[in-house]
Amino acid sequence: MFKYYGKYAPYLFLLPAVVVLVIFFFIPFFQTFLLSFLDYSHNIYKPEFIGLENYINLFKNPIFYKVLWNTFIYLFVAVPILAIFPLFLAILINQKIKGVTLYKILIYLPVIVSIVVAAIAFKWLYADQGILNYLVTKLGMESIGWLTDPNYALYSVIIVTIWKGIGYYMIIYLAALMSVPKELYEACDIDGANFLTKHLTVTVPHIMPTIALVTTISAISAMKVFAEIYVMTKGGPLNSSKTIVYYIYERAFENLDLGFASAMAVVLLIIVMIFSLINILCFERNKYNI
Amino acid sequence: MKKIIEKITIHSILIFVSLLSIFPFIWLISTSLKGNSENIFAYPPQIIPQDFTWANYSGVWDKVDFIGYFINSMIVAGGTVLLNLILSSMAGYPLARMEFKGKKITFFAILATIMIPFQAIMLPVYLITLKLHLVDTVNNFAGFIGLIMPFAVSAFGIFLMRQAFLGIPKEMEEAAIVDGCNVFQVFWRVLLPMVKPSLAVLAIFTFIGSWGEFLWPSIVLTKEAMYTLPVGVNNLQGMFSSNWRFIAAGSILSTIPILIFFLAMQRYFISGENEGAVKG
Repeated sequence: MFKYYGKYAPYLFLLPAVVVLVIFFFIPFFQTFLLSFLDYSHNIYKPEFIGLENYINLFKNPIFYKVLWNTFIYLFVAVPILAIFPLFLAILINQKIKGVTLYKILIYLPVIVSIVVAAIAFKWLYADQGILNYLVTKLGMESIGWLTDPNYALYSVIIVTIWKGIGYYMIIYLAALMSVPKELYEACDIDGANFLTKHLTVTVPHIMPTIALVTTISAISAMKVFAEIYVMTKGGPLNSSKTIVYYIYERAFENLDLGFASAMAVVLLIIVMIFSLINILCFERNKYNI
Repeated sequence: MKKIIEKITIHSILIFVSLLSIFPFIWLISTSLKGNSENIFAYPPQIIPQDFTWANYSGVWDKVDFIGYFINSMIVAGGTVLLNLILSSMAGYPLARMEFKGKKITFFAILATIMIPFQAIMLPVYLITLKLHLVDTVNNFAGFIGLIMPFAVSAFGIFLMRQAFLGIPKEMEEAAIVDGCNVFQVFWRVLLPMVKPSLAVLAIFTFIGSWGEFLWPSIVLTKEAMYTLPVGVNNLQGMFSSNWRFIAAGSILSTIPILIFFLAMQRYFISGENEGAVKG
């Protein structure tokens, strides 16, 4: 094809997007590293260069380890459930049954609703005299301080994240299930395989890339949780439900300790970039044509 | 017989999960419809209100400027969608169709932004937004621009549009050029109309993302008159401390617009054709 566009046309078309990305992605990206070497805690308008001191303080800070640990619990609890349970649902919905669209809409509903409303709804379920504690006492147990007991608060928040993610990943799995050849299932039926063996031997190996994709994207979003915690617990009680993004927010915008918060942001950045790199290189090559 | 048992089992599980998915909202709706003479902490809990009333809705409506929040959310989500459509399709076009110096670097630089989570760079983004005077303390217009600009374009959108342009046969452009179109006319009159389905997908998912955004507006907004719906709804908790009837009514009210949007557009969300379009 002959070149019908002028020398500058490609750059003109790219310019607006590139300007926005430079101002709101690339400059902030490098500035995050820069800020992590500065001390804002004495004078917010006159930061001093302090080298690696923020990192030293960070790694000496017990709350940072607590926050990191909480974030990893978030990963270890939420990610396996979000990788497996939606697949199970997708397989059920993929059977020839009636009412599929209605089920899909209802299960997808939490995805669409604002996380703030979802968190408020769960806060109400979790109330001390709330409906969940009614069920718990009905079962003969002591009522639980879902959001007020340091042993439970983190898990109560994780439940909201899981509840809100199930429909999203279920739809991703449903799309993947369409690609599994029907003949393989028929062969299984002739062999008299039961539900579990059928799907473990046919479905799971076939959609392994999608399972891996769901694992990495749910891991990336688990690293980034904020709103659930902000609305429900503010990280408490006793930092028990504080995760890394919430702690960055708190140190930066409540304590105005931008340097310390940036050092933590660098840690977050590195972890998420590793996950994303795996994601892009292994599972999403087609999406970006690389 | 075995088939029937299997079907009943599948339906039971799916009905149970569907109920779990909507129960938190049902319980919120139930609470929002209970009058003052009914104990909302009653054991056993009553799903059907005994003292049925709409008073909580009118009460919270009078005290909270939902229309204002809604308009603010519309401005922010609308502006974000519009800019994403324009900037992503403009950037996607040369990446799909033109040869130029620096193409590879541009491509990988844009791809790299996918790996950068907003939460990790939000501090400098905030400082830059302050420096550019794009905050509501300057004026409302600047405040809106500040809410929109960090999300005005995404690598996801650029790659989506690039893919769409790659799928158009080159003969389309050639015919247009023979007819005397210049490069802008090719883009605007020939190519854009052919990628409408991708533009629709981009618009819908950008809208949902922008509509639900909570972290950024809660960082930059200082004036209540500028609150978007999620920020306003979160604020209900402080306004009505333990008045759960009002908090519930306000939360439900704020959800109605997005619910209508979802039901109208549901095929885009649940068909599975646009997998991975929204970040969870």
